Parts: sequence; C-alpha cells; structure tokens
Amino acid sequence: MGVEGINQTDQYLTFRLGEEVFALEIGKVREVLDFTNITKVPQTPPFMRGVINLRGSVVPVMDMNLKFGMPETAKTVNTCIIIAEIVVEGETTVVGALADSVREVLDLEPGQIEPAPKIGTRLNTDFIKGMGKTDDTFIIILDIDRVFSEEEKAAIRAVESGE
Amino acid sequence: MDDAQNVYREEARELLAELETSLLELEENPGDRELIGRIFRAMHTIKGSGAMFGFTDIAAFTHEVETIYDLVREGKMAVSAKLVNLSLAARDQIRAMLEAADSGVPAEATESARIISELTALRQESIPEAAARPAPAVSPPPVAEGGSEAVYRIRFKPKLDLFRSGTNPLLLLAELQEMGECTVIANTERVPNIEAIDPEGCFIFWDVTLTTDRGREAIRDVFIFVEDLCELSIEVAASCEMAEDEAHKKLGEILIERGDLSPETLSVQLKSQKRIGEVLVEQQIVSQDAVDAALAEQRHVKELCGKRQKEAQSASIRVDAIRLDGLVNLVGELVTVQARLSQYSQQSSDPELHTIAEEVERLTGELRDNTMGIRMMPIGGIFSKFRRLVRDLSRDLGKEVAMTTAGEETELDKTVIEKLNDPFVHLIRNSIDHGIEPPEARAAKGKPRQGVVHLSAAHSGDSVLIEIKDDGAGLNREALRRKASERGLLSEGGNISDSELYQMIFAPGFSTAASVTNVSGRGVGMDVVKRGIDALRGSISLTSEPGAGTTIRIRLPLTLAIIESLLVKIGEDGFVLPLGAVEECIELSRNGAANGQARDLIGVRGHLVPYVSLRERFGIVGEPPAIEQIVITSVNGHKVGLVVDQVVGQHQTVIKTLGPLHRQVRGISGATILGDGSVALIVDIGQIIEDASLDSF
Repeated sequence: MGVEGINQTDQYLTFRLGEEVFALEIGKVREVLDFTNITKVPQTPPFMRGVINLRGSVVPVMDMNLKFGMPETAKTVNTCIIIAEIVVEGETTVVGALADSVREVLDLEPGQIEPAPKIGTRLNTDFIKGMGKTDDTFIIILDIDRVFSEEEKAAIRAVESGE
Repeated sequence: MDDAQNVYREEARELLAELETSLLELEENPGDRELIGRIFRAMHTIKGSGAMFGFTDIAAFTHEVETIYDLVREGKMAVSAKLVNLSLAARDQIRAMLEAADSGVPAEATESARIISELTALRQESIPEAAARPAPAVSPPPVAEGGSEAVYRIRFKPKLDLFRSGTNPLLLLAELQEMGECTVIANTERVPNIEAIDPEGCFIFWDVTLTTDRGREAIRDVFIFVEDLCELSIEVAASCEMAEDEAHKKLGEILIERGDLSPETLSVQLKSQKRIGEVLVEQQIVSQDAVDAALAEQRHVKELCGKRQKEAQSASIRVDAIRLDGLVNLVGELVTVQARLSQYSQQSSDPELHTIAEEVERLTGELRDNTMGIRMMPIGGIFSKFRRLVRDLSRDLGKEVAMTTAGEETELDKTVIEKLNDPFVHLIRNSIDHGIEPPEARAAKGKPRQGVVHLSAAHSGDSVLIEIKDDGAGLNREALRRKASERGLLSEGGNISDSELYQMIFAPGFSTAASVTNVSGRGVGMDVVKRGIDALRGSISLTSEPGAGTTIRIRLPLTLAIIESLLVKIGEDGFVLPLGAVEECIELSRNGAANGQARDLIGVRGHLVPYVSLRERFGIVGEPPAIEQIVITSVNGHKVGLVVDQVVGQHQTVIKTLGPLHRQVRGISGATILGDGSVALIVDIGQIIEDASLDSF
C-alpha cells in the first residue's frame, strides 16, 4: 500500500482526457487557460501542438490525448490548456497541456493512492505516479515531468540517429 | 558576503583586467611612465579598498608588489621582462585570492610567498642600496602620489653666468614639460641693448605655468643642480579645491546683483573698456611677456577645473546586470504592445489614434535603441584578454607570435561578448598551435620568424564581423580530405570544393593534428566552437591559403534581444525573417515555378538564385496561392530565395526562445509575439541554406 514519495495529503487538479480522469499535483500547476490559437512548430510530432503566447512568453503546448494514443483533442467550450511548471534536465520550464475539460481540485490522502498497475493501461506506466481512488472512480495521477522529459529524450535520440 | 564586499570584488576584477593590459603594454614599451603610473594606481586601489573591505591578505600581498612599482615609478628600478613576468604572476595570484574569498577555499599561500621573495630578490639585485635600507617594503606611500593636480607658477630667473656652469636651461624646461601640461614664456625684458650685451650671459628668464600632480618638491628637484645659479620661485597658482572655493564674483556681477547696474549697461561698458592686459602694456607698467605669462596661467587654471568637471560629468554608475536584463525585458514587452497598438490604429479611421500610435512607435524605437545601447560593450575588452593568452601560449610552445588587433571599439551586446570567450580561446589556441610554425620553420620558408595573429572586428549591416587571421601554414587540404573520407563524410574520390572541405572542420570529432598536445588537437573543439556561435545566432566560416595562413570569419547579430525583421505568412501562420539577411522580394507565379521545376532556380537580374519553398520545408498543409512571393536572402554570401505565401511587412521582433522541448527543430531559431497576440516563428535562414545544400549532395 502507498506510493513512494507520497506521504502526506496533497491537493490534486483533476481533468478529463476522453472518458478517463487524470490528475496533477496542484503544486505543479500554474494556471488554467481557455483554448487559444496555437502556432504549430514545424518538424515536431503531432502531439506537440505548437506554441502559445502566455502574456508575452512563448510556451509549448502538448496534446496529451495524442501523446497517450487517443484521438486528437477536439476544440470545445470545455477544452483547456493547463499551464504547468516542469523540470527538464534540471531546468524549470513552463509548458502547457491540452485537456478535454478541467474538473476540480481534490484532497487525496496517501492511503487513497496506490501504485500504478503494471498492466491494463494503455499508457506507458512510467508516466503514472499512482492511482488515486475516490468513491468508486480511479484517478490516474500523472508524473508530468516524465511525460515531457521523455519527449525531450526521444527528440535527442531522433537527432542523434538521424545524423 | 555583504554588498560592499561584492562591489569591491567587482571593482577589483576590473582593475585586474586593466592591470593585465597595462603590464602587457609595458612589456612592449618599458619606458612608458604613464603606463607605470597606471599600474601603480591599479595596485594601489586594489590594496587600499582591499584593506577597507576586509581582504587583508590581498592588501598585504598587493602592498609588496606596489612597493616595487613605486621604485620603478621613481626611476630607481628598471622595467625588465622578469619584472613583468612576476607582476603577471602576482596579478594572477591576487585574482586567485579574490576567487578564494568567494569560494571559501584559501588560496595557495606558498605561491604568494614565492612571488614576494622573487620580487624582493629582483629589487635587491637591481638597486643594491635598497637592500641596505632596513625595511623598504613598509615605506609609506610617497606624499606626491596622493597630491592632486594643481597649477604651479614657476619663475626661473638664472643668474647671468648660468651658461658658464655648462647648464642648458632648455633641458630643464623640457624636463618640466614632461611633468604635465606646461606653458613656457620667455621674458626678454632683461635683455640689454645690443652694444651692452654679453654674448655669454643669460639675460632671458622664464615664466612657466605647469599643471601637474607631482607636487612642489618634484618641481624643485628639476632645478636641484642650478639652485645656486638662479632665483627660483615656485608657487601654487591654483589647485582645483582652491579654484572651487574661490568662486568669488567679479565687481560687475556684484553691482548687478545689488541692483546698482543693469546687465545691458555693464556689457556696453565692458565692450568699450580695454582689456586690462592691453592697458597695462600700453602704459608700460608691465611687459607684454609678463601679461602673456599671466594669461597662460589663467588658461591653465580654467582647463584644470574644466577637466575636473568633465571627469565628474562622464562618471559612470554601476548597475546590476539583472536590472538591465529586467529593463530589456520590459522594453521587449513594450515593443509587443506597441505593435498591437499600431495594428489596431491601422484598422481604425481615427486620425488622432494614428498620430498617437506613430508617436508611440517612434518613442518605443528610441527607447529600444537606447536600452540596447546600454548593454553594448566594446569588444576590445575581450581582445586585450587574449593578448595574455597569446603571450603565454607562444612562450609555452616555443613560438614567436605577436597579436595585432583592429576595430576594438566595435560594440556588441554584453551577453554576446561574454559567450564569445570560450570559442575565441579555442580558435586562438588552434591558430598558434597548428597554424603558426616554429620560428626556424618560418625562417626556412622565408617568412618573418615572428608569426602574427590578427583579431579584427567591424560592423556590417545589422551584424558584427569578427576575423581571426594567422599567417601560419594554412590548413592541410590533403590531410583534411583523408580525414574526411576516413570518417565517411566524403565518398572516395568524391569531388568537393575547398570551401566545403574547410567547412568539415566544424564536424564533431574532426581533428587533423598528428599528435595531441595539451593545447589542442583532440578534435573536441571546432564543433563546440560552431555550436557556441550557432547559439548566438551567428555563423562561422573559414578560408585558408596553404603556406599563407588561415582566416576564420564569425558573423554575429548585434543583439540577442530585439531585431528588425520581415513578417511573412504561409497559410495562417506567421514567420519572421531577420531583415538584415533580406535583400529583396519578388513574385513567383505558377508559370515561373513550372519552368524551373527541375532545378528550383529563378533568374534575378541575370543571376540564377536557388529557392526553397518554406511551405514544403516546414510541411505546412494547404494549397499555396496562385502568386507566391520569393524573399531573396543572403547569408555569408550565399543567396537563396525563400518562397512564402505573402509578405506582410517590417516588424520589430522581440526574440523569445522556444525552450528545451523544441531544441531539436532545425530552421527555426525562436519565436516572437505579433501585434494580434499570436505567435510567429523566427526562421533561421542560415540553417535552411545549410540543410538545402546538404540535400543537394
């Protein structure tokens, strides 16, 4: 029982991708934006939707649906961009993540969180920090640093093998 | 570590840099008194403020070195190569102590002791009498040193028989002239009629007005051997402090202030009045010479005070670099907002709004230029740093190398200059290690024994062109070719132009040095240099002439923060091209494209220019319009056309980085925010050209 590194009650922001509910530690989340125009950066994989203007800074946005093998996030009134702070190679960077809708902020006690199952999920279990349980639903708690830095590593590999 | 200590460290670092430059100059001109003075002052300040801020070890050590320079300054010790070497070592030691205070790890005390003992030995061997004195090292700094500049009135009235003692008064006067700004007026009133003249007598006497900081004693010393043969008076006519106190008013001014006289009447009266000098001469009360001397004195005093004021006016203030960066960021945001305002005003028909928008645009432009100007620094600072590198390296490698520079005043953004250091160190090492041959080999080839590394910088459009040129052996083309095919960069027997071959030197792990020295040759280097320059949005190229040397050209943007650019559109997406690279825009009709289908070339006034479709290059979906635009760009002399849907116009681009997640994207160097809030990408034309020419292999 319990997940390493989670030993106190934390707040989590929950959001929906398709039918499933995901969560991020609230400490990682800076703000939530409405969907705005995204400028595609050439030569990037489809799930890197592009960059947006966040009050003067240029912030990359990832489509988490595509990243996790689901159909592209459709633009609806509920579509949001979650702005999060992540650490890539020891450097703090601000990134955006597209979500179908943002739900609520939840308190989860360590006892409510279980380790990620080894099988039975479509997404790479490396990206999962743990499974939160409330009432009768499961919430997938994402390790957002990994989701993005994995991307960075993959990109470096692509560059190295390409040359 | 408190603020005051930080300020001291900052200041000491600057002084040490200055010290190094001066020392290296001194090595070339050992007799330059001004240089010695500068060295002494730098040490003195390091010592003085060091003691004040609690760096007692630095103060104590510097004091020893300073003592030596005090002797040199007084001419009691000669400048020798050994002294310069030791001084440079001492300078490094002071720096080490400074860094040590920073990191908390104490500096090597034995090194300090060694330098001091060698300096003491040097002092004793060059001036034996100094050894006899009990403790010359703790002699207080001479009074003259602290003396501020003053104007002296010197009357040198030799006795008639001065010449009989073999004294040439002109030499004495020349000596005075070396001490500072000096005006000498010969007074001829003692000269008798021709019948009465004694051809061997000295009838002339001199009024000298001298502005110097040496003090009265130093002046008296000049006349030490003729003191009995002349009447000598030395008076302080004015020092700056005095001149400031003596701001007393003229009579006319007082009368005006009291209301007894109107300014108009005064000026009329003054005009009709003769100058006092003229009056006195006319009345034969004083001689014209005396008046001239007095006028010269007046001018000296004025100049002295003017100089002081000027110094005070041009004084600089130290600003934290972080604050400057903050300012630049704010200006960047202002530029973005201004672009929005301009865009909005163009859509409206309100003339008042147009005027305001234009005014804001003008002011923002000026503000931007000024702010960028604050960050500009002359590149000479880093050039002089390399002087030391060249000197030490050539010594280590047993080569004779001189460094010449040009265009030190060329200004570049501070951040750019800081990041240039490592690449430059590398390139200069390469030039000295691989480029320049040993003296014997050079002599055998009929070249001067001493090789030359020439650094130059110049403005060229919106970028700065820096060249590092050596007159060494040049690149070995055959070795390069062999190495290139070894590494599979070149098909066997494949044809490749020299310039392409030279460009390969920038590929990772490419080195032709037969042996690895501790200086260079390990093949990590040129690719790192290239990456460093790329990161500054610059470009690097190389030309080489066998036997005659190698030239490396680096082109760098003036600033990293804001550039003028051309905004273009492809589909819905905006892209910006750095304006400095843009030459012209021409239309590309469907027909024209069809004609050139086989080779993407277009004729521009008789020249064929290759073009690249950015739509294809960036994989943008959608149908291009019937008439596309080609923007002809030129980078490093390569012309290439970039096909876009639409040219929008000029745009001030605040450069934003794309961050680590987009580091691998080629052809895009950053992003910017347009007036409507959307993001446009900045096209890296250099990379596009590079990739396009690789494709054609």
